[in-house]
Amino acid sequence: MSRLARAGVALLALPALPACGAASARGATEVVLDVRWSAFSESVVRVPRRVPVRFVVHNADPIDHELIVGDLGLQERHEKGTEPAHGDRPGEVTAPAGETVSTTVTFADAGTAYFACHLPGHYAYGMRGIVRVTR
Amino acid sequence: MRRLLAVIGATAAFVVGVAGPAVACGGLIGPNGAVNLLRTSTFAGYADGVEHYITSFEFAGGGGAFGSLTPLPGVPTKVERGGDWTLQRLVRETEPVRFAAPEGAALTTTLKSRAQEILKTKVGALDITVLKGGGDEVGTWAKEHGFRLPPDAPEVLDFYARRSPIFLAASFDADEARRRGQGVGDGTPVHITIPTDNPWVPLRILGLGKAAQEPVQADVYLLTEDRPNLLSTTAIRDGGTLSLSHDQAASATLLDDLRADKGGSWVPREGWLTKVAVDGPAGELTGDLAIDARGVKAPSMVAAGFNVAGALPGRPEPAAEESPAPAIAVAVMAGSLLLAATVNAFRGRRAA
Repeated sequence: MSRLARAGVALLALPALPACGAASARGATEVVLDVRWSAFSESVVRVPRRVPVRFVVHNADPIDHELIVGDLGLQERHEKGTEPAHGDRPGEVTAPAGETVSTTVTFADAGTAYFACHLPGHYAYGMRGIVRVTR
Repeated sequence: MRRLLAVIGATAAFVVGVAGPAVACGGLIGPNGAVNLLRTSTFAGYADGVEHYITSFEFAGGGGAFGSLTPLPGVPTKVERGGDWTLQRLVRETEPVRFAAPEGAALTTTLKSRAQEILKTKVGALDITVLKGGGDEVGTWAKEHGFRLPPDAPEVLDFYARRSPIFLAASFDADEARRRGQGVGDGTPVHITIPTDNPWVPLRILGLGKAAQEPVQADVYLLTEDRPNLLSTTAIRDGGTLSLSHDQAASATLLDDLRADKGGSWVPREGWLTKVAVDGPAGELTGDLAIDARGVKAPSMVAAGFNVAGALPGRPEPAAEESPAPAIAVAVMAGSLLLAATVNAFRGRRAA
């Protein structure tokens, strides 16, 4: 099992916590993630399926971060990848130092996805979390 | 001279593989993040209310530009090339003993302020800038000047900036070093003169960019007129991440040799030489080395890195500028713990 897969299994053990931002009975349609000291403010977020979900990242650090939302395969590709910046694809956005950015994702099916920053060393430092997609 | 070694364990509170210059007591940041550090040496001498901080940047090959951020306790009055043999002479004096013993477009911008550049100079292939600012401001400056900061940089910079807003940034141009004929292992010593009430040595910065279990190795030499008291958030003990490997009066020949080196006129006729060896996982370096140079008081808990409000022992700047250092305030509970540890340590020594 890859290191990312093991980390994903470990993350599944985390208790579910309510997401920040606008919420419905089925989960939030806007998720706000504050970043300070290279840590996301949430470790688990709940979102509905088949509804556009806007992820907003407030980067309060003096260094850049990014937000990659998707399955484990996507996370592994970005951990090994070398793309310097993101923003052209849903669920992938670069968060420059001191800036607020957003990206919108629609999850087709209920289940588990992940969010993370894959700049060098950031994922290993702990910049990752779980997306629980509800029915 | 009475020696007190007070240690309290609890605390409140640049990357991989590319060969580059080693730096003592600074966080080293390479073009791809932190770089490998060789075992480094730092010398902190203190006399007449002035700390003389001498460290060497050793070129270890590689390409591109490298940078280092070193927190300082106060504004230096001088940054110049250090003596040619001071660090090497200290190594020979102490005969190192290893005890078994680191979607979209931007919507808003929040970081607007910039660190103030209060001193710029060049030493060999090193471009040196002394900065004044908060953690975010210094981090922003570093980012804008090509430093690629590791993920722990924001927290570490805040850890230091809360106590002193003064940092020294050194950019080592490896291409320039080769042009000057510097080879792998050649060092560029830098002598930083800082008026301060007590000497202070940053240690936590050595772990910048390292995983908690990554080893950190460094040697810190202290020369004070009296036997000093030391304090750190990391226990100073035989076989520990911090250990004393030399603790005795400085020999006359050593002092004569140091005084004869470039910039060594400040070296006193008598003194005490202490060597603190750093050898352990980065995660254990949670604070810094606080020193009471006269050996009569407990060192500052703020300077050691405990989570109490206050400032490093650097002197306030001239009246024309707002003083960067708030009054030192030590929490009553923390003070009681320190007192208890002090008493216990002293009793332990008397019983020995």
